[in-house]
Amino acid sequence: MLQKDFKRLVLILLFTPFALWISLLIILPHIGMIRLSLREKVAPRVYEFGFGHYIDFLQEPIYWNTLLRTGSMSLLVTALALLIGFPIAYYIAKLAGNRTRGALFLLCLVPLWVSDLIRAFGWILLLRETGVLSSFLQWTGVVSGPVEFLYNDVTVVVGLVYTVMLFMIVPLVSTLDGMDNAMIEAGYNLGGNGFTVLRRIIIPYAMPGIVSGCIVVFMLTAGSYLTPILLGGKNSSWFTEQIYNQFITRFNWEAGAAFGILLLLFTSLVIWLGLKLSGQTLANTVARS
Amino acid sequence: MLRTNRLTPFLLGYRLYVAVFFLFLAAPLVAAAAFAFNDSLFPALPWQGFTLDWFFNPTEPKRGMFYDRRLLSGLYYSFVIASCVAVLSVAFGTTNAFLFVRGDFPAKNFFYILMVVPLVIPGVILGISILVLASDTANALEGALGMELSFLRPGLFLVVLGQFSFITTITSLVITARLKKFDGALEEAALNLGASRLRVLATITLPFLRPAMIASGIVAFLVSFENFNTTLFLVGSDAPLTITMYDRMAKVGSTPVLNAVSVFLMLGSGLLALVSILVQRDKTAR
Repeated sequence: MLQKDFKRLVLILLFTPFALWISLLIILPHIGMIRLSLREKVAPRVYEFGFGHYIDFLQEPIYWNTLLRTGSMSLLVTALALLIGFPIAYYIAKLAGNRTRGALFLLCLVPLWVSDLIRAFGWILLLRETGVLSSFLQWTGVVSGPVEFLYNDVTVVVGLVYTVMLFMIVPLVSTLDGMDNAMIEAGYNLGGNGFTVLRRIIIPYAMPGIVSGCIVVFMLTAGSYLTPILLGGKNSSWFTEQIYNQFITRFNWEAGAAFGILLLLFTSLVIWLGLKLSGQTLANTVARS
Repeated sequence: MLRTNRLTPFLLGYRLYVAVFFLFLAAPLVAAAAFAFNDSLFPALPWQGFTLDWFFNPTEPKRGMFYDRRLLSGLYYSFVIASCVAVLSVAFGTTNAFLFVRGDFPAKNFFYILMVVPLVIPGVILGISILVLASDTANALEGALGMELSFLRPGLFLVVLGQFSFITTITSLVITARLKKFDGALEEAALNLGASRLRVLATITLPFLRPAMIASGIVAFLVSFENFNTTLFLVGSDAPLTITMYDRMAKVGSTPVLNAVSVFLMLGSGLLALVSILVQRDKTAR
């Protein structure tokens, strides 16, 4: 009996920090944000319940266009990161020799430890009008005057792919690492060519890693602020910028909260769809540590 | 077939692709680092010669980072914030690991998913939601009690809370993975030999978890140090380094002193990453 009480006490003691963390910092703030977003200002210091901020969002094409643009560009970035990253992850996990494998994996991680800001700053130095690439092209004589590579969508996509690449490669390497090489050899022995083996054996095996990487990458891209602003300039029209404008510049917290909720709903919807379509769950992808 | 030693054109192309990829990874970092040593007022070509002025020069116009009071105070605040976040998130991560590995309670899977969720919420949203709740609470308490609770206004305390809210998920996952590998027989042996539960925890279980705790603490420190999105909304007058650097970039434009800070941060995080690898390696030797 005493033993049982002791266990209960320990369980309660362990559950308390968890409950405090999740309820005070995750659940309550989001409830607060929903409540705020459903509040309309009718007169100074007088508020009324209403869906006005959401209706504004639907009626103002610039708002939902920005959200759609952010969403579609994030999907593009996710797809590109997967296409570029998968061969690299496969090389590290399966083809590289034992010694190079560790070194390559570490090289992949290095940019992870440098902040977004510095990475974007590096791209600015390379790509701006007076930057390294422009100077180099003038020096070789390919172009006659300075070229501006910043402030366009291609640069934003390249910068974002760069920023999130590591979050794609790391889960891929760790899943592919766990794969038995015999499975691949068996595929070849049974007469499959490289493409069949990739499609029927390697990709299905790596699916949890692929989905996990895609979820994190999509979420990071859609919620990113620095890279689109710094590389895309004033016209980057990223949705987080709208949220920032409402909150900080226009001090319209109600609308900002509504935008926040919309971004959250949108990313959750995409992640949910991705999980459904691939037949995975959150527990066996992102949570699989 | 899998690991052919023959150098087929395909394999050659593949290797080339991998090499180009790593060039792509390195390029902006090299650019950010290299111009810290260029003896010029602008971080751009042409190369004017090597200098350490952007680190150690005390006077304008080439004031080095170690004489720039705002950058140094940003560095200090970042350090304070990151230390608090690391300690707190490792502590909570450890209790969470015990809760989910050892505990047995209803709806455990649901709560486990809840633990992972902060990692898939965009950082901007975590920032504004905590800002909203803190301000609401402060306003309500102010109305009811008539006292001003300044710690609930944007500032260090809220920044720590905001970063802690999602970094705890990372530490929890790392420490949980380690605790799952623990062999329960070790604890039983110690208990059979007459050790108390507390003693077993202190001498057997926690030392086993130590590498994961240190490694996840370092990760937490680094993630906190470089966080921007969540911090942006919660920051008060005492801005951490990333915010200070961003302000500088937006207002003054890029100056090589920012490159110097970049070099400093790269060295710092590289060193910490190395420590974390050494600690992890210790784990395999055990």
